[in-house]
Amino acid sequence: MSDYKHIGKDFVPPDIIGKVTGKAKYAEDFRVDGMVFARLYTSPMAHGRVTHIDTSAVDGMEGVIDILTADDVPATEAPSAAILTNTPVYVGDPILAVAAEDEKTAEDAIAKIRIDIEPLSFVTDPLDSLVNGGPDAREEGNVFVRSREGSGLRTVKWTDEQIAEFRAGREPTGEFVNEWSYGDVDKGFADAKVIIEEPFVTTGYAHMSMEPRTAMAYWRNGTCYVHGSAQSQSFFIPSLASLLGVKQENVVLVSENTGGGFGSKISAYPISGLPGYFSKKIGRPVQLRITREQEYYIGSARVGFQGWIKMGFAADGRVTAADVFIVEDIGPNATGGDGSSAGGAVSLLFDPESMRFRGLPVLTNTTPRGAQRGPGQNQIAAVMAPLMDKAARALKIDLLEIRMVNAVNSNTTVYADQEPVTSAYMKEALEKGAAMFDWENRANQPRRRGSKVRGLGIGQGYHSAGTNGFDGLLRITPDGTIHLHSGVGNLGTYSYASTTRAAAEVLKCDWDDCVIHYGNTEENLPWSSYQAGSVSTFTQTRSNYVAAMDAVDKMKQIAAETLGGGPDDYDIDGQRVFHVNNPAQALTYAAIAARAIQLGGAYSGQSYPEDIHEVTQRSVQNIAGTGLVGVAKDNLRREGVIPGLACAFVEIELDLETGKYDILDYVGIADCGTVMHPQGLSQQMKGGAVWGMGMAALERHVYDPQNGLPANVGYHQCGVPTYLDVPPQMRTGAVDLPDPQNPVGARGIGEPAMGCSVAALTAAITDALDGHTFNRTPISRDMIVNYVAGREQSFKPLQTNNF
Amino acid sequence: MNPRLSRRRFIKAVIASSVAAATNAKFQSASAAERPKGAVERLISINVNGRTRRVDVMPQETLAYTLRYKLGLTGTKIGCNRGECGACTVLIDDVTNYSCSTLTHSVRSRKVLTVEGLQAANGALHPVQRAFVDELSPQCGFCTPGQVMSAVGLLKENPNPTREEVRQALAGNLCRCGAYDHYLDGVMRAAGQRS
Repeated sequence: MSDYKHIGKDFVPPDIIGKVTGKAKYAEDFRVDGMVFARLYTSPMAHGRVTHIDTSAVDGMEGVIDILTADDVPATEAPSAAILTNTPVYVGDPILAVAAEDEKTAEDAIAKIRIDIEPLSFVTDPLDSLVNGGPDAREEGNVFVRSREGSGLRTVKWTDEQIAEFRAGREPTGEFVNEWSYGDVDKGFADAKVIIEEPFVTTGYAHMSMEPRTAMAYWRNGTCYVHGSAQSQSFFIPSLASLLGVKQENVVLVSENTGGGFGSKISAYPISGLPGYFSKKIGRPVQLRITREQEYYIGSARVGFQGWIKMGFAADGRVTAADVFIVEDIGPNATGGDGSSAGGAVSLLFDPESMRFRGLPVLTNTTPRGAQRGPGQNQIAAVMAPLMDKAARALKIDLLEIRMVNAVNSNTTVYADQEPVTSAYMKEALEKGAAMFDWENRANQPRRRGSKVRGLGIGQGYHSAGTNGFDGLLRITPDGTIHLHSGVGNLGTYSYASTTRAAAEVLKCDWDDCVIHYGNTEENLPWSSYQAGSVSTFTQTRSNYVAAMDAVDKMKQIAAETLGGGPDDYDIDGQRVFHVNNPAQALTYAAIAARAIQLGGAYSGQSYPEDIHEVTQRSVQNIAGTGLVGVAKDNLRREGVIPGLACAFVEIELDLETGKYDILDYVGIADCGTVMHPQGLSQQMKGGAVWGMGMAALERHVYDPQNGLPANVGYHQCGVPTYLDVPPQMRTGAVDLPDPQNPVGARGIGEPAMGCSVAALTAAITDALDGHTFNRTPISRDMIVNYVAGREQSFKPLQTNNF
Repeated sequence: MNPRLSRRRFIKAVIASSVAAATNAKFQSASAAERPKGAVERLISINVNGRTRRVDVMPQETLAYTLRYKLGLTGTKIGCNRGECGACTVLIDDVTNYSCSTLTHSVRSRKVLTVEGLQAANGALHPVQRAFVDELSPQCGFCTPGQVMSAVGLLKENPNPTREEVRQALAGNLCRCGAYDHYLDGVMRAAGQRS
């Protein structure tokens, strides 16, 4: 890989200067003439029906412009979330908005408005809804079924006995709605020497992005301009247009910087459309800046799991069978799908010879759920690691060895259909991590020091890490500048920039001559992948690659047409196109760009491939005639699952008297194909590790089951990790072996970076406690103290919302 | 000229032209003699980034609000508005403060430094900013101005901190992306202890 000019090299992403100087503009930093401010009235009830809205107290109130209610925005069908609603389904559900000349006036007006709400039944724990006679989160049902035959709400109830046996850790016999399997599971268990069977809970928790999501919108000549907080850029447009009820060409999204998303801003979310509707109603620009508390409410949360798992192991540690049953807490809007993803992760990471997954997604009147960094994969990673260790101890084999025996590799087949993977090097990652961590020596160190005991853990993380079919677009202008158009969002991973370096690599150009266009529809961006699901690196390097290849082909054609010979007689280097037999017979990129404008046609974007997306088509139309245009859809070969993989090794020191533990060392190893951007990879691996540390010990939803009220809405209440919750230094590395289905060998990594961390920590806690498994995240200090003291835990089995 | 009349005229002119007027809040008399009992003067001077700025400030207005919405210094971010996250960190007389939890009226005779005040006149980045670029410290960047200011405050007080001292000093600045390790690397680099 050493002959790469850009790939695998660090660089200065163009947005970072603005981030350190404060000049980077986020949605709420924009102001336009005549702009007014909106504030939300949110539901104080977990579930109810608005019967009366009294706004008389704000009629004529100085500074108040207008009120937007559910009647002013499109209605949605349950369980989809509306922009505003008259049937709130969780505390914090937006009911109306007030626009005023300033935020304080808007807040004062909100405080004067009186809304009567008829309470409806609500539920905060899925098992309380499943039990016979239990409340349903929605009048239309308590379970959401997604299937090829049709999706919809249903009512599913279990008997008291079925709930009791589930809580007791036995195989659930209640109804489920999702199922897939492969292999002979019964035979797999019959062949097993050791069988592990456990119930588990992974508590949902808030995304808590740093930036309280803001949107500001105004209309100009029928086009809605939205300054928003979006993870994705081009991918956000169709959903935003749909939300606003306009054509895609009539939406402009400006989202140059986004204050975190973690899965909660992949596509347009309801509140991102509110200013557009309000602006249309009052004829003035409207900015909606929400509070931290409201960010908790509407900023999305991780799906919670209450599950049961049974694993069979052969004498050598090989997994012979896996049987997984997951009740998912999918909040009030039936968002999620984590359960099946968790099953998929078991299938891929531990490669069971046979497997069955069953799932039941249950609605609750808690905050809406959504994809959160490794949705499903990371919850189950936390559950699996201690169970793998339990099996290893029963089989008397090393904790590293049982993972090596089952490690996913390039020949592994995965999921229900036993699909191939593009490549996978988990064994190599484990070997590298074990060497960096000095696993063998550490495993033999003294464990106890007074009240403190050391624990070691190994974790593994997975998420599919790529897709295909998006477009690449670049332009070379007659001044020699190479314009790299990146329609992927700027979430903070810098992949919007690093993936364009695949194009620079093909063009063999200097990075200083490149300019990246991003973050604003009017920058003429291509149809790019969503900035989520760890897909950007694999997907966008491919699309940038095909655009650059198109540009190179065109440059060679222009050189041949201008200087004579055929296109194949020419090559590129030094930002020149030259004849291979006579390098002096050459044109600079700048001269080629000028010639492309003269020649027109496909050379300068006057025509373009038919298969590119309409978003890309519009961008090409806008830049046509300004230089040489390289544009193409990624039609490269893509077969099988593209795995993003990581493993982590951790050492903790746990104080048996307080339940507190310090993380003494953390080593994370990525298997993400060729490393594109070493500093960016380090950031993702370490940032993901911090997320894992939060999930393992700190972060959780707590809802009062009596009133449906959230008990923790602030950063610290929610358990967002601080500097002092994580080790002062972490180490990371990478396998750095190329994936054959990416032209530069790269795969994604963002989500597995977290899964391996939470898994290593739950395993390390188990190790420190001589193999005791809590089968629950987060593992709080009081749980540890209760266990050490031999006391019962403060919650019943499988209960959620515990402190 | 009667200084009071002159002052009043000046205040009226400022009010008429100020962005602050757009807040449309009820305006109390700026004159001490005419103010209702218990009210505070609204048009005040504060020293921000070495410049004296005249600004119309409501009685309960926070410094974060004044900086962002009256003075246009949007580098100071509001993540929680309740003293939890540190995104709004500024220096007041060289000491780090949460500007969301500081009343603007309380800084009238003090020097406020925000992230916008760090670059040299020739545009050169402050050593902390430079080091954060070199270490790729930010991710989403929303917390970065606060991290920068906490680091600047620490290094003014302790130019050669240990990594643990940096960790403690920045513990009031949350980063949801989890970029802590890279921020610590950045501060150590700015302190000349990492190259």
